[in-house]
Amino acid sequence: MIEIENVRKSFGPLEVLKGVSLAVQKGEVLSIIGGSGSGKSTLLMCINGLEPIQGGRILVDGTDVHAPGTDLNRLRRRIGIVFQQWNAFPHLTVLENVMLAPRKVLGKGRREAEEIAAKNLRHVGLGEKLSVYPSKLSGGQQQRMAIARALAMSPDYMLFDEVTSALDPQLVGEVLDTLRMLSDEGMTMILVTHEIRFARDVSDRVAFFHKGVIHEIGPAREVIGNPQMPETIDFLKSVL
Amino acid sequence: MLETNLGWNDILFMLKGAGVTLSITAWAMLGGTILGMAFGLARTTLPWWLNAPLGAVLDVLRSVPLLIQFVLANSFKSIIGVNASAFTVACVMLSLYTASYCSEIVRGGILAVPATTRRAARSLGMTYRQDLAHIVFPMALRVALPNWIGLVLSVMKDTALVLWIGIVELLRASQIVVTRLQEPLLVLSVAGLIYFLMSFPVARLGARLEKRWHEND
Ligand SMILES: Nc1ncnc2c1ncn2[C@@H]1O[C@H](COP(=O)(O)OP(=O)(O)O)[C@@H](O)[C@H]1O
Ligand SMILES: [Mg+2]
Repeated sequence: MIEIENVRKSFGPLEVLKGVSLAVQKGEVLSIIGGSGSGKSTLLMCINGLEPIQGGRILVDGTDVHAPGTDLNRLRRRIGIVFQQWNAFPHLTVLENVMLAPRKVLGKGRREAEEIAAKNLRHVGLGEKLSVYPSKLSGGQQQRMAIARALAMSPDYMLFDEVTSALDPQLVGEVLDTLRMLSDEGMTMILVTHEIRFARDVSDRVAFFHKGVIHEIGPAREVIGNPQMPETIDFLKSVL
Repeated sequence: MLETNLGWNDILFMLKGAGVTLSITAWAMLGGTILGMAFGLARTTLPWWLNAPLGAVLDVLRSVPLLIQFVLANSFKSIIGVNASAFTVACVMLSLYTASYCSEIVRGGILAVPATTRRAARSLGMTYRQDLAHIVFPMALRVALPNWIGLVLSVMKDTALVLWIGIVELLRASQIVVTRLQEPLLVLSVAGLIYFLMSFPVARLGARLEKRWHEND
């Protein structure tokens, strides 16, 4: 379970998160929607300690992410994250991209890491591309590789930050299908997305992020189909 | 038609000089690259109050003519009573000089690695060192290699300056032969050819590696 309690986060004088509270249960899929620059990416990076916070706390299965003694490298094994930019390691083949962390972080042997990597790549439909370099992949394939790379660590949670935003429209579908598959398998996911219909279909709950706080949150169909706050209504009008 | 007194003994003498040139180049590149990597990495990570003085020292090494550095170091060595050969002085000074250039090459390579790629590595649970070893260095190497090859070639030619502290390397050996035979055009052409033959494989190797990497880009 991820518990976010009254989190405050600033970049210099700019306060981006102004007291965010949120709890995500095991097995839940939560989508976060909201205008650009509202702090959605920042929130995800606070959850796995890529960004420090200035107030409040975040607990992942009871571990206080930002407590001084927390081993972030260890914590991050349990939390996969996939970013908007594709972030392949360009000097490694697709298989090596996915093997690297299991080998170096989890200490698996070459054979075992290879099996883990191949299994996860097949799972996202890249079984034919194992020995190819990322530069030879389409954006959608690179993004699926990034998902496989995160899954290869067997995380308990997956965070997705607008993973389809940088893709050509015809490639969005294949990545969304991969996300849908993960949600069907019961993966706990936080999904920052601009794909409103997709969010409505796969998520249990949707949170509307506005001006550094969660402005409205509720079951997916209600927040998207019958929003209560004027700002949510305006936002949905602008993107649908 | 071409009458010459240039004999095998002279060429052998020049090849011995070329051996000295190669050996100084090799030591300078070895020392300069190790130091350059350390300095280059330091320049991307140290806080400004350590970074600024380090940058200043490297700037001095880059901007004072190498010839002056050789002569000063060689004299300074006698003053403080260090018992080092001119060859050692040459290797040490050229290493430092090489390091000052190499540090910039390394720094540029490291800064060329996108922050987002490094963040992706850290998000998988990799430590700072693992990120450096498995992501940053291999990626930086691809950016830095052409410049590093250029540095090798330029250092090889810069070694000629050590003749000023009494080392007989290829250029000095050629001068000696010229003085004796009074055939500067031929002798210097041979010297130039030897320099070329030493540089060419390095340049080729660099081009080969670059080509191989670019196939994956
Ligand atoms: N590293 C940073 N340094 C300074 N400002 C930042 C940094 N990252 C994000 N910001 C600012 O924080 C705000 C929220 O950014 P972000 O979390 O990326 O928003 P979103 O993902 O909702 O579009 C923006 O105004 C952005 O400019
Ligand atoms: Mg964002």
